[in-house]
Amino acid sequence: MARFSQSYTISVFWPRLKRNQLAIAGGTVVLILFIVSLCAPLLSPYSPSEINAYSVLSPPTWHHWFGTDELGRDVLTRLLYGSRVSLKVGFVAVGIAVSIGTVVGLVSGYYGGVVDSILMRLVDIMLCFPAFFLILAIITFLEPSIWYIMMVIGLTGWMGVARLVRAETLSIREMDYVLAARCIGCSNHRIIFRHIFPNAVSPVLVSATLGVAGAILTESALSFLGIGVQPPTPSWGNILASGKDYIEFAWWLSLFPGLAILVTVLSYNLLGEGIRDALDPRIKR
Amino acid sequence: MSVYLLKRVALLVPLLLGITLITFTVIHLAPGEPVEMQMAMNPKVGKDARDRLTKFYGLDKPLHEQYFNWVTNLAQLNLGRSFSSDNRPVLDKIKERLPVTISLNIIALLLEFGLAIPIGVLAATRRDTLFDKGITVFVFIGFAVPTFWLALLLMYFFGVRLGWLPISGLHTLGSDSWGTVRYLADMAKHLIMPVMVASFGSLAGLSRYMRSAMLNVIGQDYIVTARAKGLSERVVIWKHGLRNALLPLITLLGFSIPGLIGGSVIFETIYAIPGMGQLFYQGVMSRDYPVVMGILVIGAFLTLTGNLIADVCYGFADPRIRHGEG
Repeated sequence: MARFSQSYTISVFWPRLKRNQLAIAGGTVVLILFIVSLCAPLLSPYSPSEINAYSVLSPPTWHHWFGTDELGRDVLTRLLYGSRVSLKVGFVAVGIAVSIGTVVGLVSGYYGGVVDSILMRLVDIMLCFPAFFLILAIITFLEPSIWYIMMVIGLTGWMGVARLVRAETLSIREMDYVLAARCIGCSNHRIIFRHIFPNAVSPVLVSATLGVAGAILTESALSFLGIGVQPPTPSWGNILASGKDYIEFAWWLSLFPGLAILVTVLSYNLLGEGIRDALDPRIKR
Repeated sequence: MSVYLLKRVALLVPLLLGITLITFTVIHLAPGEPVEMQMAMNPKVGKDARDRLTKFYGLDKPLHEQYFNWVTNLAQLNLGRSFSSDNRPVLDKIKERLPVTISLNIIALLLEFGLAIPIGVLAATRRDTLFDKGITVFVFIGFAVPTFWLALLLMYFFGVRLGWLPISGLHTLGSDSWGTVRYLADMAKHLIMPVMVASFGSLAGLSRYMRSAMLNVIGQDYIVTARAKGLSERVVIWKHGLRNALLPLITLLGFSIPGLIGGSVIFETIYAIPGMGQLFYQGVMSRDYPVVMGILVIGAFLTLTGNLIADVCYGFADPRIRHGEG
């Protein structure tokens, strides 16, 4: 199985993805963001939390490319450090959502019957709640911390993946190789995780990539509302929140964090769409 | 049809129960009792008062009993009283806020559909032209723009810089005494920015959806037939094509409801609009359990109703779908 998917990746998937310039551009930005968030201290001479009373709310200058905030901190530096929060939240939240969704989808699709109906009704019910309301409600009753935010975004975002994996599982379950595995006496557990899972996982890749973008947007909205990442830890959302208070005389405080979110989310979306097209055998270029 | 409808409504019962169960669990599994939240603000409250309050809210009873009481009250449309200082029934509070949010969302929806349908059709019929590519770029940006940032930018440009539009609330102070026309015009001015923000994000998605639906339809045999019998391109696209491409949008309408309601928190908070989203945010910030639970349940219930209506409408709009037969 592994050998097959490896050769598939090299011979079909990668060339198709490579031809999609927008996806490659998105992927490049994603990669740069990783490097930036890892190397934030090397890239900026300033500290993200050091207060400087002499340069409060300075507009963009040669020293402070993106200006400074109400406490004289360099906005660019805070954005660089803020990317760590965004990436962390994006990946951990999506990791949680994808894990839950995959397990629920696999179990639901493989066993069918009562298990399937119960799990799918649960999905229906969860989908009824306006997601942002649910997230807000849970977070409020917890201590504000980045870990809770990741957990809550993950716990409220697994339903799409569950439906996707279930649909895949339903068709894979009928494949000959699954029958063969059952004939040689494989346990259900082994069939699900060794035979069905690797074949059902590729569509999940797409929703995971798009999910990272969604999680970053949600985290920034929460931090903007003051319920997410708490200052002085910089996050794109809470920098924007202070930008809101000074919008009349410090446009740079609102413009740049928003652009950072926009570019990041855009890149993940482009990459995700590119992966989808590359995986879809119906699209021929 | 009526059998199908009955079945669907019957299916609502377990879903509704599930919604209440999840709402209850979410609120009660969270660490800290509601009474603690109230007391934390006021250190002078003694143990006596604490116990009395616990008893008053029924929090001394076992969880299943609390749940049962809450659901029984809910069935009688009694959502309890708000923890805030006015102590009013939650239902009254929601009732005065709900129309604001719903009408704002309906205006936004009309705007979205009014723009997305022509945009999608034009992009599909002019596939791979500059217009189509421009729309694709717009769609991707529309997906990625954080709504609260867009709201801030609009506020800065139209409110602060240009001073054209008011930046908060629904009315100018003292507008009550103006004539009807001036009063409505004032309200419309207040609504421009919130409606723009509310519709922008979904506009992108909807246009894209409309484009692919239309592309799908254009490839069908009946379009070839319509062209072959000499109908003008305009009639082919806008009459034969559009009608069929519109069908899936009905379902999409149902699905977009939770997003719209959820999104209202953001723009209602930023523009200080007295709607349900703002009430929810205030409830969340002051840890007002009954308000938060009430809005969660009502929001989910609205979604459920929206989906049901969308499904039924779909059945009416598309005669090929026969509900409840076979």
